[in-house]
Amino acid sequence: MSHNAAVVTIRNVTKTFPRGRVTALQEIDLEVAHGEFISLIGPSGCGKSTLLRVIGDLVQPSSGDVLVNGKPARQARRDRDYGIVFQAAVLYDWRTIAKNIALPLELLGWNRSRRAKRVQEMLELVELTGFESHHPWQLSGGMQQRVSIARALSFSPALLLMDEPFGALDEMTRERLNMELLRIWSETGSTVIFVTHSISEAVFLSTRVAVMSARPGRISAVVPVDLPQPRTADTREEPRFFELVTEVRERLHAVGADKVVEELEALE
Amino acid sequence: MTTAAEAISRPDRPSVGERILRWLPAVVVFALGIAAWQWVLPWIGVERFLLPPFSDVMTTLRDERDLLLHAGWLTFKEALGGFAIGSSLAVAFALVLARWRPLGNALMPYLIAANAIPIIAFAPITNAWFGILSPWSKIAIAAVLCFFPVLVNTLRGLTSVRPESIELMTSYAAGQVALFRHVRIPSSLPFLFAALKVASVLAMIGAVVGDYFGGSTDSLGVKILSSVSLAQYETAWAAIVVASLFGIGFYAAIALVERWALRWHPATRGARE
Amino acid sequence: MSEIAAASRVRRLQPRASATTAVLAKIATALLVLAGLWALWEGYRWTWIHFDLHRPFVVDDTTMPRVHDIVGALFDRTQPDGPLLIDFLFHSALFTAKEAAAGFAIGAAIGFFLGAIVARFVFLQRGLMPYIVASQTIPILAVAPMVVVGLGSLTVFGSTPTNWVRVAVIAAYLTFFPVTVNTVRGLQSAAPEAVELMRSYAAGEWKIFWKLRVPSALPFLFSAFRIAATACVVGAIIGELPSSIQDGLGGAILNFNQYYALNPAALWATNLVAAALGICFFLVVVIAERLIVRRPPEQLV
Repeated sequence: MSHNAAVVTIRNVTKTFPRGRVTALQEIDLEVAHGEFISLIGPSGCGKSTLLRVIGDLVQPSSGDVLVNGKPARQARRDRDYGIVFQAAVLYDWRTIAKNIALPLELLGWNRSRRAKRVQEMLELVELTGFESHHPWQLSGGMQQRVSIARALSFSPALLLMDEPFGALDEMTRERLNMELLRIWSETGSTVIFVTHSISEAVFLSTRVAVMSARPGRISAVVPVDLPQPRTADTREEPRFFELVTEVRERLHAVGADKVVEELEALE
Repeated sequence: MTTAAEAISRPDRPSVGERILRWLPAVVVFALGIAAWQWVLPWIGVERFLLPPFSDVMTTLRDERDLLLHAGWLTFKEALGGFAIGSSLAVAFALVLARWRPLGNALMPYLIAANAIPIIAFAPITNAWFGILSPWSKIAIAAVLCFFPVLVNTLRGLTSVRPESIELMTSYAAGQVALFRHVRIPSSLPFLFAALKVASVLAMIGAVVGDYFGGSTDSLGVKILSSVSLAQYETAWAAIVVASLFGIGFYAAIALVERWALRWHPATRGARE
Repeated sequence: MSEIAAASRVRRLQPRASATTAVLAKIATALLVLAGLWALWEGYRWTWIHFDLHRPFVVDDTTMPRVHDIVGALFDRTQPDGPLLIDFLFHSALFTAKEAAAGFAIGAAIGFFLGAIVARFVFLQRGLMPYIVASQTIPILAVAPMVVVGLGSLTVFGSTPTNWVRVAVIAAYLTFFPVTVNTVRGLQSAAPEAVELMRSYAAGEWKIFWKLRVPSALPFLFSAFRIAATACVVGAIIGELPSSIQDGLGGAILNFNQYYALNPAALWATNLVAAALGICFFLVVVIAERLIVRRPPEQLV
């Protein structure tokens, strides 16, 4: 598969929830190229989480097509072409950290030694070596999310779907994990689709930011982020960063996103 | 960079002295209770046929221990049999109802209501089915008593899984079997054991009280009733003590298994009490 | 995730018309379940008789009467010029219900009172709670005969307690333990921040108790009431057994047990009435809970 081919192609996807007659998504068109880091941002209820789940075939669209890796979304899920990280780490208390990371590998039928080797690699990737035999409740929220990321990448999927993964963490942990995520992204070369509420996070992490409107959710604008890679702590202080944040903010205001104002107060 | 300090620090395990201090009030109350039983109750005029003094009951217990322990063991076996049958059937049904959710949802209120039926009142009928002297009539009562609480609670446990967890397994294209094996069953264990502890008590009660409607003279329940009718209250209370000891032992055994099975559970590991 | 949750929340805000269909659906399901049970009963009966199976027990008209025989027995007279069975059972049930309800009320009141005191004083809690909890593992019901007989020989305030009072004591005893345990847990379940908030309003301990702790304790209390409702009915029935109290369901069961070979349907009918009584008590608690406590409905995922 050539590097230029789109990893995810979304064509004219609409999603209506029948019972409440809620149109969550309306005629979404989006292409995500290989190796991109694209953020979905929008007001509450704009459908960004639903869109993520449509890509993952966890929710079926009412109409339209979704292709992942050139296949229909359902096939891509069956072939385990993506890993997913939720806002809650969803780790299992009865498994050690190592076994939590190994869960998808068990389901794939990998043998023990192969699993153990990969678990070690993943722990190194997220810098949690030494915590193999711990249990989830012994770890802080930030560490749990790193385990969740390690688990999502354990079977080397091409695509990583993330639904506000750092939303439950404090600002400083968030910023640190943002750096970690970028490092992991560049080391694994995967494609990331990242849902967030935070403009600064979206701009900092992404190559493109897709702004969604309030329900019914549409993609109202896609803002390319031309900040240099690799991003560092200093990136947040560059003028271009503020310009991009302002541009995204204005797009959000244009679609009636009041919630975002608090984000900017925090920046200042 | 991860530092060990980031990990949540565990509270220090209480010292031996602290633990003694914590249990002291309970021990004191126990001693006071026995003392009251022995001296205060007769003094305020509680007749010996209501509650004979502690020493008398203990003496009778010692004198008739062979008879009473034999009876207790018999009754315990009935309770154990009913517990095993009732609980295993309940777990099996719970797995089925969790797998076919519409059925489970529809039946749940009825299962909860069925729990409110005075099952022990059916003892005369099981006597008619299996014969008054047969242990099976009591085993049947104990089994039905255990069935509903274990079913309801295990079903609750199997189905209280967070939606993201199910989405996670769906993203792995895991089938129902894998979902049950890796997620539903392990997360139902705390619920199951809570229910099993309740069921152990119910099974003992079923076995003892079931005999109040008629049973073999070797059993504890019949002993209690006949002692009461013969005004041998010390024997009756001694029999109650035996039943209680078996009951507590049964419960404790399950609690021990629970500690092992749930050794991963945060509550167990938190070194509480 | 919030969008999906929002969509399903919208699903629950239904207009009036669908609310009545929901009730009708519930009634339909209930009838379906009853019909299913009836079918199971008759089906099991027919199969076991047809194939002459002996395990686990022999099936015939005596061990498993037909459902319509049982219902029919309700409308027969057990004695030539006595009342209809259903009449008789109704009055027996009422008698037992009186014992159970009185016991429930007394046990719940004492349990709540004791629980409130224990919750307030930590040393009491350390001293008493282990026993109150351990006592739930003791077959308390087994004590019923002694208590009822014993009280019968007692004189309190110069008179012997009437029959139903003695049995009510059993029911009270069975109610008391779960209510106490859950009262303590419930009263202490208020979040520390909530207590701090009340203190910031300069609310005294009494106010905090009534305005914060008690409402927080209600869900726990009703859990205990559910258990107690069932326990009271069972306790009342068992309590009637050894003291030859004829007026209640326990006495009726003993009675019809004696004549089981002649009239099995009567005993089955009695047990059905006892089952109905237990469910009634339980439903009363559930309905009261729905009205008093606002709890999110049980959702199976």
